[in-house]
Amino acid sequence: MTLQIVVMVKQVPDTHNVTEEAMKADGTVNRAALPAIINPEDLNALEEALKIKDRIDAHITAITMGPAKAAEVLKECLYRGADDVVLISDRKFAGADTLATAYTWKYAIEKIGKYDLILCGRQAIDGDTAQVGPQVAEKLNINQITNLLEVVEIDERRMTVRRAIANGYEVVRSGFPLLVTVSGEANQPRSPRAKLVMAYKNIEKDVRGDSYDVSYLETEETHMLSRIVEWNADSIGVDPAICGLAGSPTKVKKIENVVLAVNDIKQIPCTEAGIHGLMQELKSDHII
Amino acid sequence: MKQVMVFVEQIDGRIADVSIELICEARRLARELDATVTAVALGSKLAGVLPALGNYGCKTVYCVEDERLSHFTSHPYAKSVVGVIRRHAPAIVLFGATIIGRDMAPRIASALKCGLTADCTELRIGEHKSLKQVYPKTLLQVRPAFGGNIMATIVSPESGPSMATVRPGVMKLDPPEAGLSAEVVMEESGLTPDDFLTEVVEVVRREKSVNLGAAQIIVAAGAGAVAPASIALVRKLAQTIGGVVAVSRPLVDAGLFPHDHQVGQTGATVRANLYIACGISGQIQHRAGMAGSKRIVAINSDPDAPIFRIAHYGIVGDLNEVIPKMIDAYKN
Repeated sequence: MTLQIVVMVKQVPDTHNVTEEAMKADGTVNRAALPAIINPEDLNALEEALKIKDRIDAHITAITMGPAKAAEVLKECLYRGADDVVLISDRKFAGADTLATAYTWKYAIEKIGKYDLILCGRQAIDGDTAQVGPQVAEKLNINQITNLLEVVEIDERRMTVRRAIANGYEVVRSGFPLLVTVSGEANQPRSPRAKLVMAYKNIEKDVRGDSYDVSYLETEETHMLSRIVEWNADSIGVDPAICGLAGSPTKVKKIENVVLAVNDIKQIPCTEAGIHGLMQELKSDHII
Repeated sequence: MKQVMVFVEQIDGRIADVSIELICEARRLARELDATVTAVALGSKLAGVLPALGNYGCKTVYCVEDERLSHFTSHPYAKSVVGVIRRHAPAIVLFGATIIGRDMAPRIASALKCGLTADCTELRIGEHKSLKQVYPKTLLQVRPAFGGNIMATIVSPESGPSMATVRPGVMKLDPPEAGLSAEVVMEESGLTPDDFLTEVVEVVRREKSVNLGAAQIIVAAGAGAVAPASIALVRKLAQTIGGVVAVSRPLVDAGLFPHDHQVGQTGATVRANLYIACGISGQIQHRAGMAGSKRIVAINSDPDAPIFRIAHYGIVGDLNEVIPKMIDAYKN
């Protein structure tokens, strides 16, 4: 029996690598200038899915919710071995907080149909909340396990995992359906496979139901190639009142850029005299 | 009477420090709302340790006493707390942003369809004007986002309760006032065997090797100090001046130090009297964990390292030369 795995992935700005080019003159970050990447812990989640597929019979569907550009992260998933990919995209989803996002995800995943295991990264490096995974699990009314470090055992009925806890780890077991969030410490994601990159780098979106069927003109090869399936709010049947900004109980009141303030720093020369002076000052101020 | 409620986390009957920090914070918020501080605790054999929460201003603790809840698993904990919140309708609920808190709080918020803000660094009561109406006294939740590059103030006035998670060491711990006892009210969990979906097979806990939150003097090593000889110097300096060794994330990722020693956004938040950063570039995720230290000395061979922007003293040089000089200067 093939284990049906859904991997949730997100395209995010690379907030952990803010270089000089992405900094404005006033010391704040130019958010628009940050390169877009696949959320690092989502790659760890995909890697766990691929490792499971290396062990047992499994089918991996990678899904992302975002603007059209987000299809790029779906390609990253295909390059590494995902079987199917889906883009959930609609302007109605804009401005969503984690609750509204989780609602949208629930409808999208239920449209996929049967699933056993949902894997996602522990948290995204733009929102940094780690809330969407558990909230999707609650909306789907399924069990959740967070901070996965290692899959110890898995078969088509249940899985046993090692997860991080305060000051240690624990080994826990659950049946399916199950949502698991994957920590960055769990694995080293594999690189794209050249053969898959060649096969998928030019694939396009396939908006089902919009154009008439020309599949009789396709070769066997192109017909078998995965297409990027795209769904919008109507296709997944989500009520606009509960998604996007309208469905968000949390609202942003204010945003302040963190300015790398230049402190009144005392430059200490790297000499014996300079360092001696520093230690003396710390001593006389009773710091040491 | 309005309630500001705190989820009290316990391990083997010992109440987590972060829960007490949050009760102190809840007391500050409750004063502005004319509310009382309450708490919710789950587990077994807890009734003995809970009254002491009164020393920090907690009036009532709702205790869900159930043997099956003695060890945390997601669904039973979330469902029990949802029950307590529905029964008592607090205005605000606070959770420690621990592994347990970050697992449970979002599930609870989803069930209650209320707002939850993670990793708050500051909480205030203030006014918020939406397009439709004015909320004179709502919870303002301040937190870093975008990898720490922005500070966002979040509000959730239209749903209830306003929920927030806060990392250990962020909120100020007040000294306890002896003689005040919290009332413990026992509540039913309402859980059936079907609610227990996760089986706990094995639990391995290591004793924490270091308590960074309490350290007054910290000597920290970063990627620039990864060589064994450099780490030895960092240790020697710490030992000489009576400090504790900490590290930035790269040294934990490299397997050289356990996570207990890590300072930063995914590690400990410290407010030391003296923080000596050796070979630490000062990425925002690290600064988030130590910028509150009273005196910061930064040693780095790169004059453009971001750490120099928040340091009080900066030494541009090779830490392998600077540290021995510091040790000599201290001894003489």
